[in-house]
Amino acid sequence: MRYLFRTDYRQDLALWRHGGDLFWYGLLVVVMLVLPLLLGEFYIGELGGVFIFAIAGVALMLLVGYTGLISLGHAAFLGIGAYVNSVLLAQGVPFLVTLPAAGLFTAVCGAAIGLPTLRMSGLYLAIATLAFGSIVGTVFQKWDAVTGGFDGFAVPTPYIFGISLEGANGIYYASLAVLILCVWMSANLLRSPIGRAMVAIRDSEVSAQSMGIHLAWYKALAFAISAGMTGLAGALFAHYVRFLAPDAFDVLLSVQFVTIVFVGGLGSIHGAIFGALFVRLLPQFIAIVRDDLPFGIGRMPGLEPSLFGLVLVLVILFQPGGIYGLWQKTKHWFTAFPFKRQTAGRRQKSYAKSERLR
Amino acid sequence: MTALFQADNISIRFGGIRAVDSVSFEVQKGEVFSIIGPNGAGKTTIFNLISRIYNSTEGRLVFDGQDITRTPPYRIAGLGIARTFQNIELFANATLLQNLLIGRHCHSDVGFLSQLAFLPSTRRAELHHREKAEEVIAFLGLQRYRDSLIANLPYGVRKVVELGRALCTEPRLLLLDEPSSGLNVEETEGMGFWIEDIKRDLGVTVIMVEHDMSLVSQVSDRVMALNYGKVLAMGTSQEVQTHPEVVRAYIGGEVEAEA
Repeated sequence: MRYLFRTDYRQDLALWRHGGDLFWYGLLVVVMLVLPLLLGEFYIGELGGVFIFAIAGVALMLLVGYTGLISLGHAAFLGIGAYVNSVLLAQGVPFLVTLPAAGLFTAVCGAAIGLPTLRMSGLYLAIATLAFGSIVGTVFQKWDAVTGGFDGFAVPTPYIFGISLEGANGIYYASLAVLILCVWMSANLLRSPIGRAMVAIRDSEVSAQSMGIHLAWYKALAFAISAGMTGLAGALFAHYVRFLAPDAFDVLLSVQFVTIVFVGGLGSIHGAIFGALFVRLLPQFIAIVRDDLPFGIGRMPGLEPSLFGLVLVLVILFQPGGIYGLWQKTKHWFTAFPFKRQTAGRRQKSYAKSERLR
Repeated sequence: MTALFQADNISIRFGGIRAVDSVSFEVQKGEVFSIIGPNGAGKTTIFNLISRIYNSTEGRLVFDGQDITRTPPYRIAGLGIARTFQNIELFANATLLQNLLIGRHCHSDVGFLSQLAFLPSTRRAELHHREKAEEVIAFLGLQRYRDSLIANLPYGVRKVVELGRALCTEPRLLLLDEPSSGLNVEETEGMGFWIEDIKRDLGVTVIMVEHDMSLVSQVSDRVMALNYGKVLAMGTSQEVQTHPEVVRAYIGGEVEAEA
């Protein structure tokens, strides 16, 4: 078992706790970089999809897991990012401009939706964002002068410094780079005053306010950051699917994002990435075992959504920490072996909290 | 002596109930001012008025010569008024250190992009906040709990953490809402010593709502007794406790004519 001996406040500000962390994260990045040389095009394409969903997962994690605000409209932000990027690209704007433009424009949309919903929370916020999602979906359908309506349009090939990102490898590397950027920015925010303010709002609005945190401002900011990152994911998503149609950004996609956050583990960046792996790879797994399942279960309609639902319910009931929580418990079991206590990882019951000021 | 804080005929109505009814008081710099009274007397409501969670229906609040009657609630901490809550409002899923650092929020002025990229300016500011938070940890003797989650700490420690979080804002006026509620006798005594230390070593002015009369007598310079939102008596702890109106409010008495 490793015991951290800290001699400097800077150690607590570092992104990794010790050299071991740095080694493993570094190794992971190196493996990801050389993977396209080892795996076939199909797997690289799928991994690119995982990265894109992981970006959206990290974005939603900042909003749901850290700020405590729910959103069932993140598919709309993904769509806005995808359309802004593709429409600009079709106008001949280079990809290195359209990608950040998609992020920024979506962030502005996020702040715009964040401001009127500030007084809502819980169910009401879920319904408001759901409504926002369906409004944006309708705009995608009806504004055919720009979006191509139901017919959709083919997304032009992106180029970076003259190098085409056509094909699985191009999207893979672009998504990996954006994912690393988003994870880095999120980790930075979380060790800065903004991240602490978000956590404070999640845990107790009234005392956050009395500590000098401007609730409206920080909630809108959280929405903007989350939407902006999702917009970046959307721009990449457009190239991943290559053909934009409005029905890609429906409520089910938003629910998939929420599943990423809950199954991965609320309140951890790792969780968002684990969740994205789960949500993207489960359908593949079903496709592989479909024919071997008994009683024709594999051919039953709605198998995939029901499995998602079942897993979501089971996780919320029995493993509220999600995959990341499970991973931490396993790690603790090994580091503490053979002294793991039954009560480790369990928290004290919380005491009565005042409800009067809510 | 100059008045640091002044409430001038402050009132608030909830529907037909006057929870606080034309209450006026002044708090001098460096004193511990206690507010006592039976349940529902309006003590916590006064705190919520000062920290601007409630809007007063009438009256004026003045802090250090500045009118704060209509100041937005998130500005209050920056002005130098910090508070604790009756039932503890800590950030339960964060560590003690993170809670104290949130207390530093009103002193952070690093830009958004600098935080996004964690530029050296953010790093410097964070180190400065950490030093300030460590001063509070040392002052309150919380070293061994530094990295514990609040959810895992015992109630008595949480009370001290909440005090620490308020101190991290570097307040000039500290509002303590029932600092001894839920504490045992020893912990209450300890709380009394912290309050005395805060007054003497840090020079912070304290307004305290409290039920435990031994704690009130131990630390207060002046006491104000409230009932049904009205001031019954004001003076030293001894004067207020023996004031006939106060005695009657607490235990009832022979004068029951109006009841």
